[in-house]
Amino acid sequence: MDLTTSPRLYAYTGGKAFDAAKPTVVFLHGAQHDHSVWILQSRYLAHHGYGVLALDLPGHMRSDGPPPGTIEEMADRVAEALRSAGVGRFVVVGQSMGSLIALELAKRMPESTRGVALVATAFPMRVAEPLLNATRDAPDDAMDMINVWSHSPSIAGFDRKPSNPGPGFSNMWQNLRLMQRIQRRNGATVLPTDFVACSRYAAGLETAAALQCPVLFVLGNSDSMTPPRAAKALVDACRQPQIVTLPHAGHALMSEDPDGVRKAIAEFARRVFATTS
Amino acid sequence: MPVRYPGFDTLALHAGQPPDPTTGSRAVPIYATASYVFDDSDHAAALFNMERSGHVYSRISNPTVAVFEERMAALEKGVGAIATASGQAALHLAIVTLMGAGAHIVASRSLYGGSHNLLGYTLARFGIDTTFIDPRDLDSWKRSIRPNTRLLFGETLGNPGLDVLDIPAVADIAHDHGLPLLVDSTFTTPYLMTPFDHGADLVYHSATKFIGGHGVAIGGVLIDGGTFDWMASGRFPTLTEPYAGFHGMNFADESTVAPFLLRARREGLRDFGACMSPHTAFFLLQGLETLPLRMQRHVDNARKVVEFLSSHAAVESVAYPGLPSHPDHALAQRLLPRGCGAVFSFNMKGSRAAGRTFVESLQVFSHLANVGDAKSLVIHPASTTHFRVPDEQLEAAGITQGTIRLSVGLEDPADLIDDLAQALKRAQKVG
Repeated sequence: MDLTTSPRLYAYTGGKAFDAAKPTVVFLHGAQHDHSVWILQSRYLAHHGYGVLALDLPGHMRSDGPPPGTIEEMADRVAEALRSAGVGRFVVVGQSMGSLIALELAKRMPESTRGVALVATAFPMRVAEPLLNATRDAPDDAMDMINVWSHSPSIAGFDRKPSNPGPGFSNMWQNLRLMQRIQRRNGATVLPTDFVACSRYAAGLETAAALQCPVLFVLGNSDSMTPPRAAKALVDACRQPQIVTLPHAGHALMSEDPDGVRKAIAEFARRVFATTS
Repeated sequence: MPVRYPGFDTLALHAGQPPDPTTGSRAVPIYATASYVFDDSDHAAALFNMERSGHVYSRISNPTVAVFEERMAALEKGVGAIATASGQAALHLAIVTLMGAGAHIVASRSLYGGSHNLLGYTLARFGIDTTFIDPRDLDSWKRSIRPNTRLLFGETLGNPGLDVLDIPAVADIAHDHGLPLLVDSTFTTPYLMTPFDHGADLVYHSATKFIGGHGVAIGGVLIDGGTFDWMASGRFPTLTEPYAGFHGMNFADESTVAPFLLRARREGLRDFGACMSPHTAFFLLQGLETLPLRMQRHVDNARKVVEFLSSHAAVESVAYPGLPSHPDHALAQRLLPRGCGAVFSFNMKGSRAAGRTFVESLQVFSHLANVGDAKSLVIHPASTTHFRVPDEQLEAAGITQGTIRLSVGLEDPADLIDDLAQALKRAQKVG
């Protein structure tokens, strides 16, 4: 569905019409991605009692506008979109860059935020200088680097079961093609803009410390982009952290362990909505 | 900061299959089962509704078949693959996923006879028309596109004259018109060419051929490069509009890069049912493991046989893009640097009777209707694979009554050359 904000944002609703009266789960993707990285998790929750909004962030795939240059601006746009959709209480789930936006969104909408799930997160989320340079100077190389580092090492990136979103799919090449598609559709500035926003985001610890709601960390043991140790400062800053570590997943853990991520989010949403009105 | 994906040889052995978590089996187990036990009612509903990944019924997916699919996708650099009962089933699945009655295809005229039959006769009966064109004539590709065209289609190496499809140029034409390019890559396999790297959008194989390599199983596989933007094209409502046959699912909403595969599996395999059996997948996987080794040997042997035939007095011409005399030699050097495969045709001098004597005199080459086997094969296209094709179309495709097609196998090349030499000698006596 299109959210009536300016710029217009697109949100996938999990295969069911969005109902703002239901408890809502908001999904926020990472850099150079779109809503489709959450296909199984979002579809499952939409068919299990939740309203689902899996957004394309501004300037990504179907959403209009240039990609905002900061995490805070992205959170502003998302907050406007949720208000326009009449979203009441919600859990926000963000992966990688989306996890930082989730923190800022919770800061902007504390009365509505019932829980924050940070998937493959880190703070600070500094992107290595050579990779950042490659996003500008050699974007094809940069996307290959991101793709390789987003998956479990070596052949494991090609043999993960179950494959996502179903049998017969290649997690590795889907991820690369998605990044390439966004580059073609939205331009070559999206990736460096996203990465600069991640690198420059400085308010992670104070924002996490101020959260009044439960915070779930879903981390992949094979994540070389945001290894679990890189989330420790955020975990320590949160008042109510819960940690789920998926043993065989890398940074792209929604596709490498779709059931593990789904279970973690579904259980978290069930719990926080059960204990809050 | 260079990164590297696992190499082709490694993927051919490992992609799609970790060791079996239950038994530790290193080989791919044959999951000979029609269906799969659900954990509970919620699990069942979630699998049916595409909320979870897994298997429901082996017409739709099967763990052994999925290994084959995911390995082929890995090798071709596709977002996924669907294994089918045959190469013909893969071609049919691609077409019916994209279009229905009233649609139109522009296809190379240099096609396998079975593909020509499907497009020229059978699909026409169902309201899908095809214009066949000279694949080397790029203007003809453009001129033949109509408002209702939905697909451009050719073979990486045309049958039987081995026209090399100029994939980058034809793909540009297709994309300029908002259309995808489908290629049959059976003769080249991903070892010799990965068509997605050159602009193709969909690839299929008759896996019966080089992919299996042993000639013991019939199978096909359809791979999606994930490169074509179906939404931007606006010509493919089967992928971008709600589908009543799956609760109003809009496949492009579900997957940005793989709506084609979702629809092909959720509708095409479900309803047409031309799936691959796990036993067939197992056979094909045995072959796929050694694809890089075999293809290199196929190509090496083919070069030696081509060299021998090219200089033989009883041979009028040899159509092999590796030869400077072939019209697509320069293109082949660009698109097929590892070699031009191991299936090619040559024209004998003399009468049709001489051709018959030649085929019947061969001892190592087997006379049969197949290609891509580990064993060397021979056939006379005009009287077999292309016997339904009208004479004028045969001529246009470069097939004469004297055309002989060889599929060069993995035998000692000296034995192959000796066999050809003695058969040519006998044929010459017939004149």
